Formats: sequence, C-alpha cells, structure tokens
Amino acid sequence: MKCTVNGQPQEIDDVWEGESLLYALRERMGLPGSKNACEQGECGSCTVYLDGTPVCACLVAAGQAADRDVVTVEGLAEDDELHPVQQAFLDAGAVQCGFCTPGLLVATHDLLEREPQPSDPEIREALAGNLCRCTGYEKILDAVRQAAATSAQSKAGPS
Amino acid sequence: MAMEFLRPATWDEALAAKAEHPGALPISGGTDVMVEINFDATRPEYLLDLTRIEELTDWSADGERLRIGAGVTYTSLIADLADRLPGLAMASRTVGSPQIRNRGTVAGNLGSASPAGDAHPPLLADDAVVEAHSARGVRHIPITEFYTGVKRNALEPDELIAAVLVPPADGPQQFAKIGTRNAMVISVTAFGLALHPSTGTVGAAFGSAAPTPRRATKAEQFLAAELTESGRWDSRAELDPAAVTRFGALVAEAATPIDDVRGTADYRTHALSVMARRTLVWAWTDYRRKRVRTCA
Ligand SMILES: Cc1cc2nc3c(=O)[nH]c(=O)nc-3n(C[C@H](O)[C@H](O)[C@H](O)COP(=O)(O)OP(=O)(O)OC[C@H]3O[C@@H](n4cnc5c(N)ncnc54)[C@H](O)[C@@H]3O)c2cc1C
Ligand code: FES
Ligand code: FES
Repeated sequence: MKCTVNGQPQEIDDVWEGESLLYALRERMGLPGSKNACEQGECGSCTVYLDGTPVCACLVAAGQAADRDVVTVEGLAEDDELHPVQQAFLDAGAVQCGFCTPGLLVATHDLLEREPQPSDPEIREALAGNLCRCTGYEKILDAVRQAAATSAQSKAGPS
Repeated sequence: MAMEFLRPATWDEALAAKAEHPGALPISGGTDVMVEINFDATRPEYLLDLTRIEELTDWSADGERLRIGAGVTYTSLIADLADRLPGLAMASRTVGSPQIRNRGTVAGNLGSASPAGDAHPPLLADDAVVEAHSARGVRHIPITEFYTGVKRNALEPDELIAAVLVPPADGPQQFAKIGTRNAMVISVTAFGLALHPSTGTVGAAFGSAAPTPRRATKAEQFLAAELTESGRWDSRAELDPAAVTRFGALVAEAATPIDDVRGTADYRTHALSVMARRTLVWAWTDYRRKRVRTCA
C-alpha cells in the first residue's frame, strides 16, 4: 500500500487493507505518535489529518488511505521547532500523562486553521471528540487560547 | 479466512463487485464498520470501499427533492444543506464528534439501520426516499418501507445505496435527542418533527423506542387534522395546549420501547412525550415568527 505521510511517500507491504490506518501507522510505519486507546472513535487520541480533514485513524481502513495524504502529530513540528500549538500545550501545562495530547494537538491545529480566534464554545465543540482523563480540560482550554494568541501575534509580525 | 479489500474506482465497478460478491461489506466513512472489525465482531470475506467514487460525495437538486449522494458526510451536509434540510442538519450536528461527522454518512446510518441512528427520525418525518442501485437497475425505496427489523433494512444483497432523496423543508422542522451528556452519545430516544404547511400534513418520527425507527402515524394525523380544522395553518394562532398534550401522548403511544443499559422503557415513553410537545411548541413558534417577518 502506498500513501503520503507527513510529506514523505510511504510504501508498506504485507498490510491487510482492512486493518486500521492507526495500526498501519504505528506498527508498520514506525509512527507511534498517534495513540491507540479505544479503537472505537470515542477518545480522539488517534486523530490525524486525512487529505486535510481530521479523522480518527482507528476508524479508517488502511486501504482507504491508499494514495491519500496523511498528516500525523509527528508532522506538525517544523525541523526542530515545535509548532506553536505544541509549545502552547507545554507552556500551559496541558500535558500530564500525554496520552490524549497527539490527538488534541491535531484537533487544535485544525481548529485554528479554520478559526484563528475561536470562542470558548467553539473550542469546546472542536475538541468534543477528544477525551482526557488527567487534566480536567481547563489547562487544555488555556493552551488553545494561548496558541491562538501566539499565532495572532506572529501573524501581526515581529514588534 | 483471508479478507479481500475491493476498491472500485467507479460506481459501475462497485455495482459489478457487489453483484459478484453479494456478501461483500460496503464501507464508506467506516465509523460503524471499523468498530466491528477492530473488535472482531465481523469478518467479512470482502470489504467494498466506496470512498474512491467521487460522484457519491455530491448532492444536487433533483426535481422536487434534494439528492444527497451516499458519500456526503455529516460535516458537508451541515455546511451545505442546513437551510433546506434543517431537521436532518440538526440531527447531524448531534452525531458523535467532529472527527466522526467528518467521515460518517447518512447512507452509512441507513446501512446500519440501528434503531438509534439519528438520521432516521428526520428522514421519516420528511418522507425521504432511498435510491438503491444494483447491476439490475435502480429502485426507489420509500423510507417507511426501508427499516425492516432491528439493524435490518430493505436492501437486496446485490444493492448499494446511491443516494437519499429528501424534499427540502416547506415548513419548520425540529429534532431532539436525549442522551447522558452533550457530545458523543447514542440516543436514549430521539424525535424528529416536520410541519408541512403546503400539504397540510405533519411528519413525526422517533428512534430508540421500537425495534426500528418509526413514524407516529396517529399523532401525525391527529395534529394535521387539528391544525386544518381549527384554521391554524392560515391563522397561525397559538396552539391549543390540550392539542399539544394529546400530540405528545399519541407519539408516546406509538412507541414500543425496551429496558436496556441506556434507559428503561417507561423513561423512554415519558421522554418521547416531552420531546414531542417541546419540539411542536418550538416549531410552531418558528412558524408564527416567519409570518410576522413576511407581513412586516
Ligand atoms: C464514537 C462514535 C459516535 C457515534 N455517534 C453516533 C451518533 O451520535 N448518532 C448516530 O446516529 N450514529 C453515531 N455513530 C455511528 C455512525 O457514526 C453512524 O451510523 C454513521 O452514519 C455511519 O456512517 P459511515 O459512513 O461511517 O458508515 P460505515 O461504517 O462505512 O457503514 C455503516 C453500514 O452501512 C453500510 N453502508 C455504507 N455505505 C453504504 C452504501 N452506499 N450502500 C449500502 N450500504 C452501505 C455498511 O456496509 C455498514 O453496514 C457513532 C459512531 C462512533 C464510532
Ligand atoms: S483510538 Fe481512535 S478514537 Fe480512540
Ligand atoms: S493528559 Fe492524560 S489523558 Fe490527557
């Protein structure tokens, strides 16, 4: 099966196309960033972009991703620099065990692409499919607000 | 047993594959199918991927009805059709999470035919038609004939859903769903209402309160007659509270719910009567307000 993952062409053999994209990413392509917690679309920790749309990788058949473009949490940072969304999660203390974090980062990244200055209800709605057992979500909301503020600043140019 | 993954590039190829392998399991958004596969609940010999077929993701105006292709996701339905199909859009907004709505389709909801599927009440209330195709030809299945049992539908083994045909709203529509929290819930019960002033009729249907999604026919007839005989379709006068109560009771009477982990039968019946009354009042308020706007 061939597809593009984080800009790199990938070709994997021996994949059963009915297994999940999540399994293919983690076990066959060596990209364990996307987490496997529920395998039933409930937790969002496996969220990846498929052709630019955030989806649960556990609910995409590997064969459905063939010839398509996948971006995982590993593809958010540029070179050695964390993406502002990642930095904001660290700074805000939104990461405890970190299991939910990769999915939240992709979901937040997508939200800010669509809506650079989201309201709190918009943030809650956008992250409704991502469960976190540790943080109680307040720190996560802080992180999203912070990431929105940082990107607004950097868009306004250096002062 | 090995499973084979079929990836037809065109609709004709898909129909040919389904004719050749009637046991093949279609997969669209995968939000039901993959859960079953991940948990080994199903091991089909063939998976038939429909996501390569571009034309399925289109919707169009088809005469009197909107034709929603089988690949249209909840997210695009909400973005593109909320003005013309408000009831279905409201139901779509309650499905799962953004990630689920980005993949899940109304056709997949129909394929699963779960009594709890949220698209069903609005489709029933709005007289939808399922457009089924096979290598043998095209069949239009009225939505009231589509649900044949618990998670069973009227599709023949060689048929695929090409589209759902739904008339655009000619009056107010509402949808209500009871679950245990706001996001990501399978309904305890759900109710859809569509008022059709142009024909003087009413559509009212519920989910999760009978083996299949179901219309509350007596409640529909009662309310339509009440609105017609009292001249309210034209006068848009406030509803008679006794009629609202009766409507709720008749909706509840149509249900034959069971006790399960999500709720008891009694609770479901009660909740249905409450949702029916509430959505009727919302819809009627909407109808009255529209007149004020057009007269002003
Ligand atoms: C976390 C989570 C939350 C959910 N929440 C809700 C909810 O709130 N409300 C709700 O109603 N559902 C919910 N669901 C269930 C599911 O998302 C819906 O039923 C959805 O509509 C399925 O669409 P799909 O395209 O993903 O279907 P798939 O999983 O691809 O298919 C579902 C069924 O339909 C068949 N099928 C698909 N396309 C066709 C076709 N063109 N022709 C014939 N058969 C076809 C398949 O063979 C299969 O039997 C949820 C699921 C998950 C994982
Ligand atoms: S592992 Fe995919 S949503 Fe939980
Ligand atoms: S930080 Fe542990 S689940 Fe979110």
